[in-house]
This record gives sequence, structure tokens and C-alpha cells, in this order.
Amino acid sequence: MIITADHLSVRYPGAPRRALDGVSLTLAKGELVAVVGPNGSGKTTLLQALLGVVPHESGTVSINGKPIGGWRRPELARVIGVVTQREEPAFSLRVRESVFLGRYPHLGPIAPPRAQDWAAVERALERADVLRLADRRIDTLSGGEWQRTRVARALAQEPEALVLDEPTAALDVRHEMEVFELIRELVGTGLGAIVVTHHLNLAARYADRMLLLEEGRVAAEGRPDAVLTEAVVARVFDWPVAVIPWSDGSPQVVPLRPAEKRR
Amino acid sequence: MRSRALWLGGAILAAFAVGILAGAVSLRPSEVWDGLVNPASPSASIVRELRLPRALLAFAVGGSLGVCGGALQAMIRNPLADPYLLGLSGGSGLGAVVAISLGGGGRLSVPLAAFAGAMLAIALVYRLSLVEGRRMDVRVLLLAGVVVGAFAVAVMSAVIALSDSSQLRNAFLWLLGGFGGASWQGLGTFALYATIPLALLFANARALDLLALGEDSAQHLGVELERTKRVVYLSTGLLTAVGVATCGIIGFVGLVVPHAVRRLWGPLHRTLLPITFLVGGAFLVLADALARTVVRPLELPVGVVTALVGVPLFALLLRRTLA
Repeated sequence: MIITADHLSVRYPGAPRRALDGVSLTLAKGELVAVVGPNGSGKTTLLQALLGVVPHESGTVSINGKPIGGWRRPELARVIGVVTQREEPAFSLRVRESVFLGRYPHLGPIAPPRAQDWAAVERALERADVLRLADRRIDTLSGGEWQRTRVARALAQEPEALVLDEPTAALDVRHEMEVFELIRELVGTGLGAIVVTHHLNLAARYADRMLLLEEGRVAAEGRPDAVLTEAVVARVFDWPVAVIPWSDGSPQVVPLRPAEKRR
Repeated sequence: MRSRALWLGGAILAAFAVGILAGAVSLRPSEVWDGLVNPASPSASIVRELRLPRALLAFAVGGSLGVCGGALQAMIRNPLADPYLLGLSGGSGLGAVVAISLGGGGRLSVPLAAFAGAMLAIALVYRLSLVEGRRMDVRVLLLAGVVVGAFAVAVMSAVIALSDSSQLRNAFLWLLGGFGGASWQGLGTFALYATIPLALLFANARALDLLALGEDSAQHLGVELERTKRVVYLSTGLLTAVGVATCGIIGFVGLVVPHAVRRLWGPLHRTLLPITFLVGGAFLVLADALARTVVRPLELPVGVVTALVGVPLFALLLRRTLA
């Protein structure tokens, strides 16, 4: 297991209830886990607790068997690559320079880059399909190109797993499909991936397992067809839905209009 | 790339040439050269004891201020950051002046007092700009910096006005900077205090690249966030402090220079910081040469010259940042 979280709870200072309450999660190599749930259900908090950015009140997290508290940041960055929800760089780099920053955990502060670092950068550019953009400045990229560049940067870390927080927010259909295809492809090469997303239907088609959060607790988890049932989704998101299987067998959620309410 | 390096080398040499040729006493270039190579020549004492250390000190201070600005801009993620605008310079000046007026005006102790003032100022700036439960707004931070800096300068002016210490007789020197008192000894003191913080900032150049992306991303890419930020604040604070203790408050070098260098050499700090040091140094040598020649035999405070260049650029940047 790359990531193992057991009964993880997080409480922000001064908050009346726990932001995360007894959540367990595992991630293995070659596995894509989607974390879904309404706004404020604790998705981002879960990621931050897994990565040791927010402290947990109880429970345990370990990465490759070692408790999260024992990891130094550069060490952790060689195992897990993260694509955060938003990022607005202060200065405009070129795509290749930007991806090169992913080598930091391997280089440290002083050492000059070696041939293998540049090779890793080129490989990452290629895998994320941004090689042809390598000399463009990042402030000229479209949203989809920028997200793929950030995935490339995470790949340049040569991690064992990727953690992505809403990687397709604000992307149009083609670009969000491209990002999900890319993640699935990377998982096919042996990477583990945790993706937080609002797209239940894409999560159902791409993920091996899903984790549905509700007010910091796990409402359902398992294979997509076990998690996305009409009753559970309607309760958690507080809106009536129909769940229809798509031809690949994945459950697809259709939110209902008031007149369509069943029964 | 190579031609730019040649231009830069040429510009530095030219700046030094101008810095050594210019002065209150008119010397022909041949006399200056004589003074440099021949210790027995009549111009030797002016060139070797006044102009050379003065140009070198201006270079070292200008370079350090530039590097401070570059590092702060990356950490605060805003091209408007600068030791002057963040209140570090004002705090340093107050620290130095208070120490001198209390009789603690030793060569090695004034920079330390200035450093204490700088740290106090930046702590206050942070305290002012943090609104409970909200993410820090950089514009509020800069505003707090300007306010704290202005307050420190006001108190400092009062101390200068009320003190009878002979070291504080020239208020202009503290408020707007000047290299009139430059000496080899002053250069030595500056080098003593500036070397380690400069080395630390250069060593953190890659971490600064990542901090410029945002703190979350920086951390996930392997930056030990708190430690790095501490190093940057302490280093920029000490550099600013020893600069102010040596030659008063000089604004806008840290703002203008990194910005210009970034446009030509790109934003990666392993290149940006060293080149900013060189360009900042050359810039301040030229500014100092200008300060003592335009109204010869009088001298303008060098901070007047840097402000005349820096304020219009600041206005331009401000408009672009807010747009």
C-alpha cells in the first residue's frame, strides 16, 4: 500500500464539528480512487490530512508503511506528486522550466541538474502530452494545457502516486476528458492516483474505487456501482437523482427536475 | 545568452569607471589611473581611500538590496515587494539611530541594533496584515509595510532631531542614504555581516522558485515551508539592516532591479539572484556617481536618485498589478 489512512479525524481549531470523522482509505499501485461528496464534505481536508499538511486529531496515516509525521517534505515529494486545486504563479515561467521545478525533491537546494534530471523532465513532458508546448510561457496556456503542465510537473517528481484536487474544475468537456484519460493512462503504467472531483459520472467511469464523503464521514465506498446508488446519492447531495448504467456498465447519475420526482 | 553576459560585464566595468572618475574633486582619467596603479602619485589618496572603497561599498549595498527585493518578491508572490516598502528599511534605521543616540554606536553593534529594528518592524507588519481567519492579502501586507515604515522613519527623525550625538548630525544620511562616509573599514563591516545572509539566500534560490508558485504547491514539491520562510526573513532583514547601518535608507533598488533582471533573464532564482546582485550593484554605483556630480560640489542623497528612478516604475508596476 502506498497510502493507508485508518479512522482519520481532523478538527480545525474552534470548529464545532470535526471536518473529518473516522475516515479510512487505502491506495495501492495501479489503482485510481475517486473521492467525491458535496461542497464542504471534507474532500480537500482528507487530502491535506493524508499529506500531513493539516494535523489529525486521531487515527493514523502512513505512506509506504511509515507514519506521515516521520516524513520530511523532500522525501515525501519523491513518493507523492500533488496537483492542488488552484495555483497562480507569481511569475511567468516557460512550460519546461515549470516542469523542471518538479525535480526539486531530487536535486535539493544546491546541486546542479544532472542529465537524468533533464531526461525525467522530457519524459514527464511527453507523458502529459505537453512536449510541444515546452517553450511556451505558462500565462499563454489554456486551462487544460496548464493542468496537464502541472500533472507533468508532478510526474517529474517521479512519484509512486499522484494526488489531484479537482483537476478538471473549470475545464470544458474535451479538456476534462483529456485530463481523466491522462490520469487513467498513468495509472495503467503502475502509478496510484487519488482524484477529488465533482464529476460523479466521470469518476464512475474512470475510478477503480470511489469514496463518497458526507459531512466528514464516509457515506459509501467501494466499486462505483456499489457507491452510486439512487438512495445514497440522493440523500448525500440532498437532491433526487436517477442512476442509469452506461454501456460500459458504469453507473451514471442524472439529477432529476422537480416534476420528474419518482414516487 | 553569451552576448547578454558580455553586456552585463561591460556595464559593471563602465559603472565602476564612472564611479571612480566622478567626484567632488575634478580628476582627469589619467590622474585616476595613476592613483590606482601608483601609490605615490598625488591622486592616490583620493582614488584609493575615498573613491575605490566608496564604489565597492555602493556596489555591495546595491547588490544586497537587489537580492533582498528579489527574494521577498518571490516569497510574498508580488513584484511590488522590497525591503523599503515592507518596512524593513525603516525599522533598521530606527534601530540604528536609537542605538547610536543611547551611546551604543560601535562599528559592529549598530548593524545588530538595526537588525533588531528590522525584525520588530516585519513582525509588526505581519501582525497588522493578518486578519483573523482570513488568508493574508498581499496588498494589505504592503500597505502595512508602508505604514510601519513611515512610522519608524518618523520616530527615527525625532530621535535624530533630539539627539546630541555627533554621529547623528546628518539627518539626510539616515533618511535618504549616502556613501559620503565610505571607507575600507565600512566595507569590511558590511562584508562581515552580509556574506552569510547572501549565501543563504543564494542557497535557497530553488526553494524561492517554488514559493513563487504558492505555499501549498511549494510544500508538496518538497520545500520545508516554515524553515525556508524563516531563513528568507532573517537573511533579508540582516542584509537590509547592515546596509542601512552603513549608509542609511536607500529605497527602490530592491524593487526596480529584480524586476528588470526578470524580464531579461527569466524568473528562475538561481540565475535571477546572482545577476540581480551584479545589476543592483552597478545601478547603485551609477546612482551614487550621479548623486555627487549633478550638483557638484554639493551632493544629493543617493536615495533621492534611486527614488527618482524607482517611484515612476513603482507606479507603472502598481497599475499593471491592479489591472
